Amino acid sequence: MPIIHIKDVVKNYDMGAELVHALSGVSLDIEANEYVAIMGPSGSGKSTLMNVVGCLDTPTSGLYDFEGQNVGDLNDNELAEIRNRKIGFVFQTFNLLPRSTALHNVELPLIYAGVPSHLRREKAEKALREVGLGDRMTHKPNELSGGQRQRVAVARALVNDPSIILADEPTGNLDSKTGIEIMQLFSDLHGEGNTIILVTHEEDIAAHAHRIIRLFDGKIASDEKVEKPLIYEH
Amino acid sequence: MYFGESIATAFGTLRSNRLRSFLTVLSVAIGVFSIIAVMTSLGALQYSIEGGLSALGANTFQVQKYDNQHGGGPGWQAHARNRKDITYEQGLAVVERTRGVKHIGLEVWKFGVEVRWRSKKTDPNVSIAGETPDGLPTNQWEIDQGRGLTQSDLDLTRKVVVLGSDLAQALFPPSYNPVGEMVSLGGVHYKVIGTVAPQGGLFGNQDRYFIIPITTFFERYGKNRSIHIMVQAESRENFDAVQDEVIGVLRAVRDVPPGEDNDFAIFSNESLIRQFNETTYYVKIGTMAIAAVALLAAGIGIMNIMLVSVTERTREIGIRKAVGATRHSIVSQFLFESVVISLLGGLIGIMLGLAAGNVLAMVLEIGPVVDVGWIAVGIVACCFVGVAFGTYPAWKASNLDPIDALRYE
Ligand SMILES: Nc1ncnc2c1ncn2[C@@H]1O[C@H](COP(=O)(O)OP(=O)(O)OP(=O)(O)O)[C@@H](O)[C@H]1O
Ligand SMILES: [Mg+2]
Repeated sequence: MPIIHIKDVVKNYDMGAELVHALSGVSLDIEANEYVAIMGPSGSGKSTLMNVVGCLDTPTSGLYDFEGQNVGDLNDNELAEIRNRKIGFVFQTFNLLPRSTALHNVELPLIYAGVPSHLRREKAEKALREVGLGDRMTHKPNELSGGQRQRVAVARALVNDPSIILADEPTGNLDSKTGIEIMQLFSDLHGEGNTIILVTHEEDIAAHAHRIIRLFDGKIASDEKVEKPLIYEH
Repeated sequence: MYFGESIATAFGTLRSNRLRSFLTVLSVAIGVFSIIAVMTSLGALQYSIEGGLSALGANTFQVQKYDNQHGGGPGWQAHARNRKDITYEQGLAVVERTRGVKHIGLEVWKFGVEVRWRSKKTDPNVSIAGETPDGLPTNQWEIDQGRGLTQSDLDLTRKVVVLGSDLAQALFPPSYNPVGEMVSLGGVHYKVIGTVAPQGGLFGNQDRYFIIPITTFFERYGKNRSIHIMVQAESRENFDAVQDEVIGVLRAVRDVPPGEDNDFAIFSNESLIRQFNETTYYVKIGTMAIAAVALLAAGIGIMNIMLVSVTERTREIGIRKAVGATRHSIVSQFLFESVVISLLGGLIGIMLGLAAGNVLAMVLEIGPVVDVGWIAVGIVACCFVGVAFGTYPAWKASNLDPIDALRYE
């Protein structure tokens, strides 16, 4: 059974004068422990698809089963629980709480998971160290560089041990060196059995994935296995 | 479950919007302040009156010509003309014919006189009390130095005086024994035979008494006046019986026809407190109405800043929802915040109200008054206001669509 099963998903935005077709009939299956890159020109619907997969947005029509469950049938609390425990989302625009420290931002999913405070702190600190921010825990987002914010967002996505990580251009704001570090992190997570879906514009980033899906105008233009994914040597 | 998080964000928000939060907190504080300040002041007054009433003593009631609380008004004047004085003879009849009493004192008063001793003179704020010997214990005047009045003082209309402690202090040097000294009042010399132990009480000038035999008082100032009868029953149990008996005797000697109302008034501590409570009832109702309006306005203020806060923090709500916050946890976060604001206002209002109310307590020279009941009412009212006016904004926050909230600029 695929972990993600999407069938004929359409997402339209009614702008009054015109109807914007962000997704026009996308069908897609992703198995557990796949490593998928989604590519495509700007405005092709990549973020929209990620939001649907991440249970943040509901499609206009079509079917979405997450772990065999029809997401359309789930109530608010069940959706919140899936977002909290199953999915780690790295947003294109980071989406960190501006007034909170890096540590608190990373703790947030654990708070809503009901993890007791001492354990929470421990796990959040560990996640921040993993992304190389062990010395920036008490900084607020506006006291961090763009790449550092990106890494806080990655740490927040990992912290609750989700089964699937959705990353919308996680290296978009990073120099190539930190970009490689983040990709290494994803490779490690993939090695540990996680399912990873990431959006990117860069071919050499996508080359780490095992499968590349190309979107064009809200449709899947191609969906190919990567013959020899780039592997990091430790 | 999210309690710690809710506290942290609530105070974080208050801190980052200092002025706005302060103004809202202030509006709640004003509403609560008005309740607590007025209720504490009334409490202080009540304690003080009760303290003053303890002069009347336990199981004691007092008979007077008038109901002194309801002076004035057209009805009262007709009333006044019809009432005959309570004469000394009627008082003596009551003394003679009432059983089951510990003391019955008869007294008359004259206010605002000056007393001299040698070259010293008091302000004209001394009260003369013409008393029978039993009048002293019924007033709870305990003899400090010397002796009290005796029947022979009355029989011989002696010019002797027992001084209230404040009066003695005003005239004589500290630790000077005034017994045996001659003091003068209106050109007449009186021999000091005793002093009363200090009492204190309402506004602290309760003890400026010049206590002389009632017969001496009549000789000097005339008999044509109404007396007070002070009756102390033997016990709590026969208090009502004694009161009925005194009423019966007085009605008989004053020829009140059966079926007519008493043409005299009876007070006890209980009746005075009841009258006080009746008069303050409207003050309390008025205060509560004002406070309710103030809290309503404050509640609208809370709702307003919470709505602003929800709008400003739309992205934050989106982020929280994206990482797994349920509706319930968003509702409790925002509700918690509005309750914190109103409770903070409440606590400030309570403290300021207690401070203001206790200024009166200090003036009245009584201990600090802390009315736990009204404090509880204040706290409950604040919680209610916080919840009632915070619910809609919190509901609105929880109802936001996560993706719309995340996109909000
Ligand atoms: N809230 C919205 N209202 C109206 N149109 C929208 C909305 N969100 C997205 N769209 C439209 O849907 C289309 C797909 O947007 P989407 O954000 O998925 O693109 P994308 O592939 O992620 O692009 P990029 O690479 O620039 O991030 C775009 O044409 C966009 O204008
Ligand atoms: Mg995008």
